[in-house]
This record gives sequence, C-alpha cells and structure tokens, in this order.
Amino acid sequence: MALPVEKYLRVAKMPHIWCPGCGHGIVLQSIVRAIHELELDTEKTVIVSGIGCSARAPGYLNFDTLHTTHGRAIAFATGIKLAKPELNVIVITGDGDAAAIGGNHLIHAARRNLDLTVICFNNNIYGMTSGQYSPLTPQGSYATTSPYGMLENPFDLCNLVMGAGGTFAARSTTHHARQLTNIIKEAISHKGFAFVDALSQCPTYFGRRNKLRTPREMMKWFEDRAVPARNWDKMSPEEREGKFPVGVLTKTQAPELTEVYGQLIEQLQQRGGE
Amino acid sequence: MIKNQARLLQGNEAVVEGAIAAGLKFFAGYPITPSTEIAEQCAAKLPAAGGTFIQMEDEIASMAAVCGASLAGAKSMTATSGPGFSLKQENLGFAVKGEIPCVVVNVQRVGPSTGMPTSPAQGDVMQARWGAHGDHEIVALCPSSVEEAFSLTVEAFNIAEEYRTPVILLMDEVIGHLREKVVLPSKEELVVKEREKPSVPQGEYKPFAMKQGNIPGVPPLAAYGEGYRFHVTGLTHGEDGFPTNNPAIAEKQLKRLNEKISSNKEALVKVEEFHLDDAEIVVFAYGATARSARKAVNDARAQGIKAGMLRPVTIWPFAEDALLKVKAKSPKAVIVAEMNLGQMVLPVKRVMGDSVPVVQVNKLAGQLIEPEEILSAVKEAI
Ligand SMILES: Cc1ncc(C[n+]2csc(CCOP(=O)(O)OP(=O)(O)O)c2C)c(N)n1
Ligand code: SF4
Ligand SMILES: [Mg+2]
Repeated sequence: MALPVEKYLRVAKMPHIWCPGCGHGIVLQSIVRAIHELELDTEKTVIVSGIGCSARAPGYLNFDTLHTTHGRAIAFATGIKLAKPELNVIVITGDGDAAAIGGNHLIHAARRNLDLTVICFNNNIYGMTSGQYSPLTPQGSYATTSPYGMLENPFDLCNLVMGAGGTFAARSTTHHARQLTNIIKEAISHKGFAFVDALSQCPTYFGRRNKLRTPREMMKWFEDRAVPARNWDKMSPEEREGKFPVGVLTKTQAPELTEVYGQLIEQLQQRGGE
Repeated sequence: MIKNQARLLQGNEAVVEGAIAAGLKFFAGYPITPSTEIAEQCAAKLPAAGGTFIQMEDEIASMAAVCGASLAGAKSMTATSGPGFSLKQENLGFAVKGEIPCVVVNVQRVGPSTGMPTSPAQGDVMQARWGAHGDHEIVALCPSSVEEAFSLTVEAFNIAEEYRTPVILLMDEVIGHLREKVVLPSKEELVVKEREKPSVPQGEYKPFAMKQGNIPGVPPLAAYGEGYRFHVTGLTHGEDGFPTNNPAIAEKQLKRLNEKISSNKEALVKVEEFHLDDAEIVVFAYGATARSARKAVNDARAQGIKAGMLRPVTIWPFAEDALLKVKAKSPKAVIVAEMNLGQMVLPVKRVMGDSVPVVQVNKLAGQLIEPEEILSAVKEAI
C-alpha cells in the first residue's frame, strides 16, 4: 500500500536526529504503516514517549504527541487513556526507558490490562547517552559501563509482561520489518495491554563495541538469532542458546481497565439518579 | 453536596469537596500519611461525579498520570506528603515546563526523610518553591482552616486552569486532619474557571505562543483528541512546542514561562491582614501556625499591646507587596512563626532589610506552636 507520508509524518521537522543506519527509523516506519493499514483515526490517536533516541520518534509523527520524562511514558499515557478512553494511546519507549527506570510502570500497566500499545525500540543499549549498558544488554556484551563485558543477566521483556498479566506480547526486529508491521497492527487492535519488543540496531554505540560494525551486520545478527514463535516451543534449551523467539508470544482476553471503570461510573451514576 | 448547610468536615475531606466542586475529573495518587484521606475520598466520590480515580504504583507515576489526564482535557489532582512530594518533583517540573494545569496537594509532615509521619510540620515551604530543578515560578496556597481547605482548593484549580500551571496546595497535618464546622458555598456562589481553548484553526495552533490568551503570557491549551495534533515536550521548545537549541527562542520562552506568574503577582497573591493598621508588632504566620498567631494577637491586644498578623494565604509567589506595606509603617518587630527551623523567615528578612528587626519562633519536632509562645515573643519585642 502506498504510504501518504505527509499525512503521518511531520516532514517539516526532518531531518531527524538519528544516526545513519540506526534501526529506530525502521520501527517508526512499521508503526506508521500499521496505523495506515488499520485506518486509525489520526485525530484520536496520541503517541507518548519517554527519553532516549527512540523517544524522539513522536516529534516526527503528525498526531497529538507527548515527549515526557525518562521512564515515565507509560504513566503519562495511563492518565491520558483513563481520562479519555476513546483515544488510541501508543507508547514509544527504549530498552532503558521501559526496563530500567520505567520497569515498574511497565509491569503495573500490564497488570492493570489498560488498553495501551507499548512499543519498545530495543537496541540493547543506552543510545542517547552514548552507549552505557541497559537491562537488555546481553551478557558478555561491551558497553561504556561494561568495559569488561556485561556481567548481569538481561531481562526478557515479553516474559516480564506476560508474568505481570499483560494480555498481548510479541517480538520482532528491524530485519523482519514486514512482520514487525503486522505485529504492531495486531498489538494496536488488541483490546487490553499490548507490548511489542521491537529489536532495533544501534550501530553507533552497540555495534561498534561488539564487532558488528555496520547496520547490515547488526541486522544479520537479528536474522541469525530470531526463531519463529511456532518453532520455539519445540526447541531444547541447548538449541535455544543465543536465540530468541519472534512473533506473537501471548494473546489472551481479559477485562480491560477503562471498560471496567466505565461500567462502575455508569452504575454509580444510575444509583445516584434513582 | 448539601447546599449551604453547615457540615462537620475534616481538612482533607474539604479538599476533595472543593476539588469536585471545581470540576475535578481525574485523581492519581499513592497512599501516604497524613494525606491518605484525600485519595480515599476521591476513590469513593469521583466515579459518581463522572471522574476517574487511580492508585498508581508510586508518586512519580501519579504525577505523570495527572499530567497526561490534564493534557487530555481533564481537571486533575494528586495528593501526597513529604517523601512522595520529593518523588513528584521531576514531573512537577515537567508540568511547569509543559504548562499543564494541575493541582498537587502536599499535607506536610515532619521530615527530612520518613520523619514523623503523623506529626505536623511546615518544612516543605522551600521545597515547594524550589523542589523542581531549573529556574521556574510556582504557585502555592496555604489554608489555615477547613473552610479554606475547600475554598483554596477551588482557587488552586482556577489558577491552574487560567495560568496553565501546576498549583501546590501546601497544607500541614493539623489542617489536613482538623475537623471543623464549615458552610460550603452553593454551586451558584462558586466561581469556577476553565482553561482557555484555542480559537485559531487547527493548522495554526501554537501551544506555546508568545502573545495569545486572556492572561498575558498564557497561551490557550487544546486537549488531546480535538484534532490540533500538538506536541508537548520537557525539552526547551519554541512557540510550536518543538525542541529548539536557539538561545534567543529559548530565552524568550523561558522568560514568558516565568513572567506569566511573576508579572501577575497582584492577581495571584492573597494575604490576610489582621489588626495591621496600628500594629507595632507584626506576626507573620501561615497554615496551622496562623491560628495560634491569631490568638496571640488577640491576647496581646487584650493586654494593651498593639499586635497584628500578616498571613500569606498565597505562599508562593511571595507576599512581597504586603510586607513592604508593613515595613513602611516601621513596626518595632516582625515575628515569623513557623513549624520549621526558619524557612519563610528568609524572604521576610530580605524584604525587611536592616530597618525592622525580625524575630523567629520555630518548632520542628512535630508540635504546634502554641499561642503563649508567640505571645511571649510579642511581649519581648515590644
Ligand atoms: C531521570 C533521568 N535520568 C537519566 C537521564 C539520562 N538519559 C537520557 S536517555 C537515557 C537512556 C536511554 O536509553 P534507551 O531508553 O535504551 O533509549 P535509546 O536512546 O537507546 O533509544 C538516559 C539514561 C534522563 N534524561 N533522565
Ligand atoms: S546513538 Fe544509536 S540509537 Fe541513537 S540514533 Fe544513533 S544509532 Fe540510533
Ligand atoms: Mg536503547
């Protein structure tokens, strides 16, 4: 489908701040395509972000947009969604933003099953602050604050969201841009909390330190390690070593918070009117 | 709300009554003594009033959610005490920068840190002023009765909405937990103000315009979902709301942000003047302490001492003009009584300079300052 770029992007705000070869533009494109293909009402869609390279995306998107504080995008979005449940609220976050400073908000939004779509531009590193490790940096990888290799265990954000009660979790990568678009479409359409772990490359700060010098090498790294979700379940722990599943990993239905609250308001107001 | 009938209300309850009367539609909070009743009352009353209550995972999230809800068009509030007030500061600064109307209640308790959770203090006066980083103006109101907890909450919303700014309702534990008889105004008697909406076509809307709006320096605010497609960021931004590193634009915007409050002080700053006309000794007190000060002034008068009280109802911006009037009359002394080691005394001293002696009456361990303590300071100063 041809994409009417000027409808969705604030072209006057270009050029964007991202480095050549950065994966964030590919994820942004997938979001725009998903919104276009779903024919979302652009006047009823709000896009919220925290702080990071990823968090700059809303500045380029021609919607109501909110660029908040580091880690807190989901909490701001919670206020927007609860105050105006008819809005589609999409959160753009980074791996540091979502999993470190904002980890608490992520798990609680998942637990509440609030109808937000959270898309994590996961480049396994703090891009904006020039390459410190994040809670998603793979063990052994190098960052400016893990000069001897990352010692800690990384999170699996999809598992975290599932464990917290999120009703939709999926993963894809910039290498799998078509799949990523489809997953984002499904996430936005999902009634309830939906999380997308969108693996993105930061050649500038992750690649350079980890022998993945070009964006191409980084995307190849995604290609080599990604396993379709349907195959993942059949794999032994040894086979899973160094790999990760892509696709929709969980999709269930549960009461959604704004709906439940709306019913409460209706009940109480009827009672008051009697 | 029962119309114009006397009711026995707690200060914290009166805040919620005032907020709902002012049109509160969204409350996000996290329980903390001595503010918790505000959250509890909102949980019970907001849904029936067509609003939404949520208990967030912490105070950082509460302040964030309040900003989000306000940008979606809902009048929004949060309530907390010392430790939670500290956590709110980053997003309070965001509300200042994004010019997001909202009300933040801080029912002060003894600090620092966890301190004395159930005991009163006035130790957050300077945190209210400077808790968020960077140059900014803030509006903070300080009730000294349950009736005022109601009326100043309404006022806090009115200022927040009209000036596109967060407003702090700086209570203390005494006022929060005090039960008093109050007569609430009827709907018709209440003045409730709404934020100014843009009147320009959608494509021309500048959410941070320099010269728009009913109040100088305050640009109208659209709500998300109305088709204006506007951007709000904590980064320094131009009139269109998008980040800029241009020092000239940054300076203009930052000045407007500060001046929309500082140049409207006359409208914003309210004080109570009690027996000031002929006062030789002036007690400067606010919140619960002003109740003791009032009694001390009355007792002093009964003993033939010309005492008076200046009570800042608006704590920030500082009641400079009212104090200058006091100074012009050359009183023998100004006594600053406060439940801290001396915070508001600093700006008072700045205004009085060397010409009027400033005396301090302080208590910081969770006990009210008693009228006798102020009275004896008055007698000493005369
Ligand atoms: C409270 C606070 N702490 C720290 C920072 C500094 N900071 C800005 S962006 C960032 C990390 C962003 O990393 P990530 O979320 O992974 O986004 P990326 O830049 O990689 O897209 C940090 C630590 C900040 N802005 N605010
Ligand atoms: S630093 Fe990394 S994440 Fe940031 S723009 Fe450059 S490549 Fe992208
Ligand atoms: Mg990152």
